[in-house]
Amino acid sequence: MHRSTPVEQVKLIDRFSTSNKSLMGTLYLTATHLLFIDSSQKETWILHHHIAAVEKLALTTSGCPLVIQCKNFRVVHFIVPRERDCHDIYNSLLQLSKPASYDELYAFSYNPKQNESKRLQGWQLIDLAEEYKRMGVPNSNWQLSDANRDYEICDSYPRELYVPRTASKPVIVGSSKFRSKGRFPVLSYYHRDKEAAICRCSQPLSGFSARCLEDENMLHAISIANPAHHYMYVMDTRPKLNAMANRAAGKGYENEDNYANIRFQFVGIENIHVMRSSLQKLLEVSGTKALSVNSFLSGLENSGWLRHIKAVLDAAIFLAKAVAVENATVLVHCSDGWDRTSQVCSLGSLLLDAHYRTIRGFMVLIEKDWISFGHKFSDRCGQLDGDPKEISPVFTQFLEGVWHLTEQFPQAFEYNEAFLLQIHEHVHSCQFGNFLGNCQKEREELKLKEKTYSFWPFLLDEQKKYLNPLYNQDFSQKLVLLEPNTASFNFKFWRNMYHQFDRTMHPRQSVFNLIMTMSEQNKQLEKDFKELEAVSIVK
Amino acid sequence: MEFAELIKTAKVENVQLSCPGLPPIKGTLCITSHHLLLSSQPGGHGEQGTVELWLLIRNVDAVEKSVQNLGWYQTSRTNSSHQETRIASSLGTITLKCKDLKVLQLEIPGMEECLNIASSTEALSSVDSVMMMYPFFYRPQSMKLKDGWQLYPLQHYYQQIASETSAWRLSCVNGDFTICSSYPLAVIVPATVDDNVLKKAARFRQGGRFPVLSYYHKKNGTVMLRSSQPLIGPNRKRCQEDELLLSAVLDGGERGFIIDTRSAQAAKQARVMGGGTEPKSSYPRWKRLHRPLERGRPLQESFIKLVEACNDTSLSMDRWLSKLESSKWLAHVKGALSTACLAAQCMEREEACILVHGAEGTDTTLLVTALAQVILDPDCRTLTGFQGLLEREWIEAGHPFHFRCAHSAYSHARLKQEAPIFLLFLDCVWQLGHQFPFSLQFNEHLLLVLFEHTYASCYGTFLCNSEKERCLCEVKEKTHSLWSWLNQPSELKKHLNPLYTYNALVIWPSVEPQSLQLWQGLFLRWIRSSQYLDEAWAEIQRLVTNCEDAPEESAGRTLCHSQPDAAYPLTITGTANEG
Repeated sequence: MHRSTPVEQVKLIDRFSTSNKSLMGTLYLTATHLLFIDSSQKETWILHHHIAAVEKLALTTSGCPLVIQCKNFRVVHFIVPRERDCHDIYNSLLQLSKPASYDELYAFSYNPKQNESKRLQGWQLIDLAEEYKRMGVPNSNWQLSDANRDYEICDSYPRELYVPRTASKPVIVGSSKFRSKGRFPVLSYYHRDKEAAICRCSQPLSGFSARCLEDENMLHAISIANPAHHYMYVMDTRPKLNAMANRAAGKGYENEDNYANIRFQFVGIENIHVMRSSLQKLLEVSGTKALSVNSFLSGLENSGWLRHIKAVLDAAIFLAKAVAVENATVLVHCSDGWDRTSQVCSLGSLLLDAHYRTIRGFMVLIEKDWISFGHKFSDRCGQLDGDPKEISPVFTQFLEGVWHLTEQFPQAFEYNEAFLLQIHEHVHSCQFGNFLGNCQKEREELKLKEKTYSFWPFLLDEQKKYLNPLYNQDFSQKLVLLEPNTASFNFKFWRNMYHQFDRTMHPRQSVFNLIMTMSEQNKQLEKDFKELEAVSIVK
Repeated sequence: MEFAELIKTAKVENVQLSCPGLPPIKGTLCITSHHLLLSSQPGGHGEQGTVELWLLIRNVDAVEKSVQNLGWYQTSRTNSSHQETRIASSLGTITLKCKDLKVLQLEIPGMEECLNIASSTEALSSVDSVMMMYPFFYRPQSMKLKDGWQLYPLQHYYQQIASETSAWRLSCVNGDFTICSSYPLAVIVPATVDDNVLKKAARFRQGGRFPVLSYYHKKNGTVMLRSSQPLIGPNRKRCQEDELLLSAVLDGGERGFIIDTRSAQAAKQARVMGGGTEPKSSYPRWKRLHRPLERGRPLQESFIKLVEACNDTSLSMDRWLSKLESSKWLAHVKGALSTACLAAQCMEREEACILVHGAEGTDTTLLVTALAQVILDPDCRTLTGFQGLLEREWIEAGHPFHFRCAHSAYSHARLKQEAPIFLLFLDCVWQLGHQFPFSLQFNEHLLLVLFEHTYASCYGTFLCNSEKERCLCEVKEKTHSLWSWLNQPSELKKHLNPLYTYNALVIWPSVEPQSLQLWQGLFLRWIRSSQYLDEAWAEIQRLVTNCEDAPEESAGRTLCHSQPDAAYPLTITGTANEG
C-alpha cells in the first residue's frame, strides 16, 4: 500500500453523464494498480502502466479533481476531498506510471502461480521457424541466412532471416550497410502458390545520387527468386515529399534507373508524429461532453484518423493484389522499416492468407511482423519514462485495420473484436514479456523468457471468449484474397475501442454474445443428439 | 387521360440494362401504363427469356438522358472518327434514378426510341392523380380486396385503454371530417369533455387538430396527447374550451409537459401568422419545453445531400466526412431520438402527461409521438404492434404522405411539400434496433420495404394525405392494403428478427454521436455490395433457428437480375404473377 492511501470519500464521476452522476468510494494505490472501491463494493482496477497521463485540475468546492487518461482509452475522473491527498496521489501516480527501467515493469513481478515447465512451454507456443515452414521456405529459391546470427549486421532484426539463395553473404552485408539501421531486404511472407514474396527493409542511404552495387544485387536476387516474374514492386509507404526530404539527410528511396526491373510506388502513409497527434485530436473530440453530431463529424475529419486508417488499408490492398493478381514480389519499406512497414506487411499478409485470420495465425503474424522484426513496442507504447515523441499508435492502427476487415467480412475471421481489444490491452499492460523492449536482442538481454510469462498461452486459454461464432472456414478457403471496399463510407469510428469503458455509449444488447451462447448450446444439443443416436443404434 | 397517349414507343429490342456492381444484361424493354419491363433475350444461355426488371414507373424519381450520347451533333466536329460510329449505331443512354435510391442505366439503340422511352417514363412517373396510380389497377389473385384494411381499427386500441381506465372515450365528433379534415373519423378524448367543447377547441387549433390521445402508458396511466399549434395570434387570443380540454387530462394537482417541436423563438414568431404556443398564464399546469426539430425543405435538402454524398464513392475521407456532416442527417436523427426520449422520460420517470405539437401537428409531432411509443411500449415493437402504430400515428393521424413522398432524393422537379419525415422515423427505429438487437420483432428488411412503399407502391396504404382523401378516393374499396401482403406467412418470415425476445422494459437509446450510425442498409444499399454481410445474417438466422431448412435468401441487393417474384431489389413486391 502506498503511503498516501487509502483516501476515503473520493468521488468517481461518469465522464459522459449530463447529470454529473458520481460514485463515492475509497481509493487505494498498490505497487502495481490504482484501485477504487465504491460504496457498493464494486472495484475498478487500473494498472499503473496503463496510465498515459494524470492531470490535476483546479480546486473546486467539492474537492480536487484528478483526471487519469489510460492507454486503453479509459478516462477516469476522480474528485478527492482534500487537496493534499490529491497532490500526493498525483505525484505517486506520476512516478508509478513512468518507470525508469525495465525491471520495474509489472511483467517481472507478475506471478500467475504457474509451474516453471508450463511457463517455459508457454514461450514455445509460437514458433516462427514452423511458420516459415508452413509458408514453404526454405525452398529452392529462399534460404535461412546466418548473417545475423549474432546480431552482427542488424541489431533490430531477429537472428533468423530468410533471403534469396542467390544473395551471397557479401551482398547481404553490403546491402545492409546501404540501408538505414542495417535493415536490409528480407523475407516477410512467402506465397506458396504464386511463388511471390513480400519482403521488407528500411530506406536506402541513397541521398541524391549514391548507389550500392550489393543493394542492387540484393533486389535483383529477390526479383529472380520469383520464377514467374520479370519485375518486382518496391513500395515506399511514405508520402513522396517525406521520402524526398530524407534524401537531404543521405537517405531516401530507390532510383528506378539503378535497379533492374523494379516498379517503384509511393503509398503515402504519414509518420509516427502525425499519427500521434491525430489520435490526440480524435480523443479530444470523442471525450467532449454533450457533443453534437456535427462537431463530432468535423472533429473526426480534422483528426484525420480515419484517413490514416484508410491509407494503411489501401496500401495493404495494393500489396496483396500485386502478389495475388500479378504474381509479383513486393519489397516494402518506410524510413526505418519498423512502423509503416510492419503495418502494411502484416495487413497485406492477412488479406492474402486465411491462416492469419485464425486465432493462432494472428498470434504468429504479430510475433513475426511486429515483435521479431523489431517494431519498437517499448518506445511506441511509452513503457518507460522516455521521449514522448517516440510514442505513437502504430500498432493500434494495425488492430483498427483488422477490425475494419472483420466488419466487412464477418465470417472470415476466427476471432472477434474482444480478441483485438484484449491484445491492445496487453500490448500496453507490460504484464507479459512479449511486448517488452524494442527488439529481439533487447528481449534476450532482459532474459524475458526466463523471468516473465508469455502472453499467448493466456490468450489461448481464454480463447472461448474470443471466438467469432460466425466464422466459416469454408468461407476463408473459398475467398482466398480478401478484397475490402475502401470507399470512405466504409470507415467508421471504432466505438468499442475508444469508448470501451464508457458503458452508456454501447448497444444495450449484444448480438455477438447471444449468438455465442446459442451456437454453444447448439453444439451441445448436436452432441447430445449424436450420443442418443449412438445409444439407440446400440440397442 | 389515357395512358396510351403517353406511351410513344411501347417496345424496344436490344436494350442493355446496367446497375452498378452487377453485370449488364441485354433484353427487350417494354413500357406499360405503370411498369418498365426488361426481359432478357431467350437463347443466350439456352433458356427462356426471363423478366429481369419489373420497375414500377412511379418509383422513377428522375430521368436523365446522357448528354454525351445525345450531343453527337456538337461533339462530332471535335472527335469525328469516334463519333461517326456513334451516329451509325445511334445509341442513347437513359439513367433512371429511383425513389428507393437505386440508379439504373438503359442503353437504347435508336435515338428516337431512346427519347420516346425517356419522355414516356417521365410523363407516366409524374401522373399526380391518385386514382390513376397503380394500386387502383393492381389485382393480385391471391388476395381479397377488403383484407388488411380492417386490421388495426382505432376501436381496438381504444378498447385496450378502456379496459384499464374509464377516463377516455371514443368521439365521433369528426364523423364527416368537418371539424378537422386531417383527423380520422374517430378520436380518443377525455371522457369528461363533450363534443361541443371539442368543436370549439378545434377552431382554436391550426387545421382543427385539437388535442387527442396518442398513447396511453399502461404502467402508470399517464398519456401522450398530440395536436397542432394553438391559434394564439398577435392579439394573444385564448380559448376556454381548449384550456378545459387540456386541464381535463390532469388530475387534481398534477402537472403536465408540453413538448413544442419548434424553438421558443419560432413558436413566438408564429403568432404573427396567427399561430403560437400555449402561454403559461392560460395553461398554468403545463410546463412548456422547446425542442426544435427540422422539417420541410431543410429536411428534404438534408436527405438530398446525404444521398449525393453516398453516391460518390470516389470521395476522399475528408470530403466524405465533411459531406456527411454538412448533410446534417445524423444530427436530425439525434434530434428526433433525443426529443422522443424526452417525451418518454416525462411519462416514465416524471410520471406526467404530455402534449406534443409543432405547427401543423402532422410531421415532427408524429415523429416524436410514434418514436416515443416504440421506446416505451413493448407492444409497439412487435410486427403487428408496429403496423398498428404506423396505421394510428402516421396514416390515420394525417401525415400527408402524398405531398411528403411525391419525390425522393434525385428529383429535379421544383420542391413543393416533399420532406422525408417518415424516412427519418424509420432511420430512428433502425437505430433503436441497432442498439437493442433483440427488442424489435421485425428486422431492417421491413423498414426498407416501408421506405419503398411510401414512395411507390402497388398497395393503397400510403396513398393520399388523410383519411378524408382516402375516403373520397375510395382507397379502401379499390386498392389492396400493404398489410395484407406483408402479413402473408411467406412474406412475414422475411421481416422477422430471428433474435427477438419480448422485452417489457423501456428501451433508452444512447444518442451520443459516437453511438449513432449511418443507416448503410438503406443509404448504401445500391452502392456497395452487401454480400458478406447478408451471408453473415443468414448464418445468424441459421444458428438461431437451428433448423434443417436452408437459410433464407438474403435481403440485400443480390439476385437483382433473376426471378422477379423472389428478387427483392429491382422489382416492386411480387408483381410477377399478376394477371
